[in-house]
Amino acid sequence: MPEYQTHEHDVLVIGAGGAGLRAAIEASAAGVSVGLVCKSLLGKAHTVMAEGGIAAALANVDDRDNWKVHFSDTMRGGQYVNNWRMAELHAKEAPDRVRELEAWGAMFDRTKDGRILQRNFGGHRYPRLAHVGDRTGLEMIRTLQDHSIHQGIDVHMECTIVTLLTDGDRIVGAFGYERERGRFKLFRAKAVVLATGGIGRAFKITSNSWEYTGDGHTLAYDAGADLVDMEFVQFHPTGMIWPPSVRGLLVTEAVRGEGGVLRNSEGRRFMFDDIPENYRAQTADNEEEGWRYTQGDKSARRPPELLTRDHVSRCIMREVKAGRGSPHGGVFLDIAWIKARIPNGAEHIKKKLPSMYHQFKQLADLDITQEPMEIGPTTHYIMGGVRVDGDTQMSTVPGLFAAGECAAGINGANRLGGNSLSDIIVFGKRAGEYAAKYATTQERGAIDAGQVDEAARLAVEPFERSTQGEGPYQVQYALQDMMQDLVGIVRNESEMQRALEGLGPLRERANRVGVGGHREYNPGWHAALDLLNLLTVSEAITRSAIERRESRGGHFREDYPVKDANFGTFNLVVRKGHDGRMEVSRAPIPEMPDELKRIIEEME
Amino acid sequence: MATSATFRIWRGDARGGQFEDYATDVSEGMVVLDAVHQIQAHKANDLAVRWNCKAGKCGSCSAEVNGSPRLMCMTRLNQLDLSKPVTVEPMRAFPSIRDLVTDVSWNFQAKKSVKRFKPRPPDAADGTWRVAQVDVERVQEFRKCIECFLCQDVCHVLREHQMFDEFVGPRHLVYAAALEMSPLDTDNRARDLKDTHGVGYCNITKCCTNVCPENIAITDNAIIPLKERVVDQLYDPVAKLLRMLRS
Repeated sequence: MPEYQTHEHDVLVIGAGGAGLRAAIEASAAGVSVGLVCKSLLGKAHTVMAEGGIAAALANVDDRDNWKVHFSDTMRGGQYVNNWRMAELHAKEAPDRVRELEAWGAMFDRTKDGRILQRNFGGHRYPRLAHVGDRTGLEMIRTLQDHSIHQGIDVHMECTIVTLLTDGDRIVGAFGYERERGRFKLFRAKAVVLATGGIGRAFKITSNSWEYTGDGHTLAYDAGADLVDMEFVQFHPTGMIWPPSVRGLLVTEAVRGEGGVLRNSEGRRFMFDDIPENYRAQTADNEEEGWRYTQGDKSARRPPELLTRDHVSRCIMREVKAGRGSPHGGVFLDIAWIKARIPNGAEHIKKKLPSMYHQFKQLADLDITQEPMEIGPTTHYIMGGVRVDGDTQMSTVPGLFAAGECAAGINGANRLGGNSLSDIIVFGKRAGEYAAKYATTQERGAIDAGQVDEAARLAVEPFERSTQGEGPYQVQYALQDMMQDLVGIVRNESEMQRALEGLGPLRERANRVGVGGHREYNPGWHAALDLLNLLTVSEAITRSAIERRESRGGHFREDYPVKDANFGTFNLVVRKGHDGRMEVSRAPIPEMPDELKRIIEEME
Repeated sequence: MATSATFRIWRGDARGGQFEDYATDVSEGMVVLDAVHQIQAHKANDLAVRWNCKAGKCGSCSAEVNGSPRLMCMTRLNQLDLSKPVTVEPMRAFPSIRDLVTDVSWNFQAKKSVKRFKPRPPDAADGTWRVAQVDVERVQEFRKCIECFLCQDVCHVLREHQMFDEFVGPRHLVYAAALEMSPLDTDNRARDLKDTHGVGYCNITKCCTNVCPENIAITDNAIIPLKERVVDQLYDPVAKLLRMLRS
């Protein structure tokens, strides 16, 4: 029998970014006991990286905005394969969730009349993003963190869950290890909320930190839950590309929201060259109109730089491939040019984009108020994840809930910027609320000692092979290179089949990885265990992407470059078959209620 | 720039440790954290280090580089003399866990002792407030804090005198300042600042301000105004007399 500490909670929340914190706060407010597991220290989760803002139809800046416009923007951005119920709830509830943040201490930038200021962002018809300069995510996670520490939540910092424990088909707990001493922990819980974020580390060029290894996706999958939409990965158009050590680091979309423009090596605003049909009516057809839009002119239409992220990324790739790229293989993003239009422009840029100014100054020796930035696409977000009920956020496994990036549905084939910070608080709250409700109706289930023994045995295996085995980082790099090359922004059948064939040998290598030293705070060990999750999500992404023989949102197939209406009628579901193999199937999208259909038609 | 450099990294735990030298390739634009990661990937898989965002936003990778407290992810190698070994060691004010990782859990406890945000009733029927941008900005400076705890690491009261029970440190004074100067907050923390948080122990050497990666004017804008608040409210003889008369 392995040694472990046991903790008992009614609701266990795994992940302590915005979604996890919000879920934990809501569940504890409902009066149940709550445990919160963080992979890192509290307050360090990926939410701190979010920059631009929270999308919510507060209508503080443009009174034409309302939930219906936000709903239809989200559906259009997601190419209509979203879970429409989630898109509806999200648009309706985001304003209340933002106001609640303010009541808990968040200090947003203000309008002239003292209300929460909102800015323009890609795919949003009106200025909709509540923000704090370009560090909105930090403000949000700190607000939730500072609120949560007085709620009586048990926080387990620097702790990683390796498996969920089941009794029959229901969830009864989780098993993992704490980093500091490397000791095992067993959590008994009546309900579990997954809020573990994304999978960016499956790719070489990414804006994501080491934590983003698809943990929640894999935990759910292994527990028998459905994943959905796994082919839809978002490549953010503007990541840093130079110097090499910062490649992939995010450059906020707010740069374009504040008037920044994209140019190729010939100085051309190439985004004007390719405006998709379904956005043509609401996109500026000249530079002057685009500029007026960014400065708040309500009669102007948005510049093409603010088209959806999937489209902008592909346009950048096209310029690079055509030989019109920047010296290091990207294109130019220029905010310095607005000095010609705005008095005291350099100061204005520093004030609106302070962390971008510092990021480039410190990491690239570049002053963004003087020179254009070099940028290129970076793996940023996965639209796919655990398949959940729109209202309750419960997965297909009883007692298992999911919220935020590791859940799927709200974003469809492509996420709009700003919709993630709102997603995590809207559905984090819902997941916490319904997990608490569920927990109060349940008896504590039985823990299967066999499951615990097996998980513990697998977890320490890398030590048995010690340094005779291959190092975990080498296998991780090989996987990241392969996924970047073969299942990246532009995909085709033969490359993805090669990726699928490559995953088998990579899994064998991962199973033979060895780790030296002992269990106390040993990053090599952690990487070895995370690697298994990366392999599972990589397989889910690849299999789903092969199956979707069309191009839609974040998923672009050069062998099927056109959107196919038939493929718009279903989502792809991934689940573990009885023989342990991964199965992909089609799940028809339920018929949308007439009321929502009418909204979409009205907004066309 | 040199193509190879030596990093003298502290390896050990609470029981003790020593510096070990690792040579690694360096290239344009690299930061100290990149070098540490390279060493971890190729030479020492078990080298313990905290990091997350690698962009100066999460405050995880605090360490002492050539003796000065820094975020490793924001310390460019071209700012360092690579002809000599670059020393990298953990924050010394906190107990060691392993290698570059320290036990910073005290900070999370200390924060709980600061009374939470308590806003005035909303200004509008929809539950919202009206606040001028200028009033928000004063507090936003403090809210930039990424909780890297470098200010705590370098503060004499904590580092040399180990007064963790008497003094909450610059980080939490900045936190208290954000609440005290919030245009919406209604609570009063002066008594706590004096009695529990030990604001009087700060002797304004500004070491914290000098190491803050967010360039928060910790001493001038947060701590000194808090000290003034404490003096105004708790030591002003006229106010004291008025309080006595009122009670």
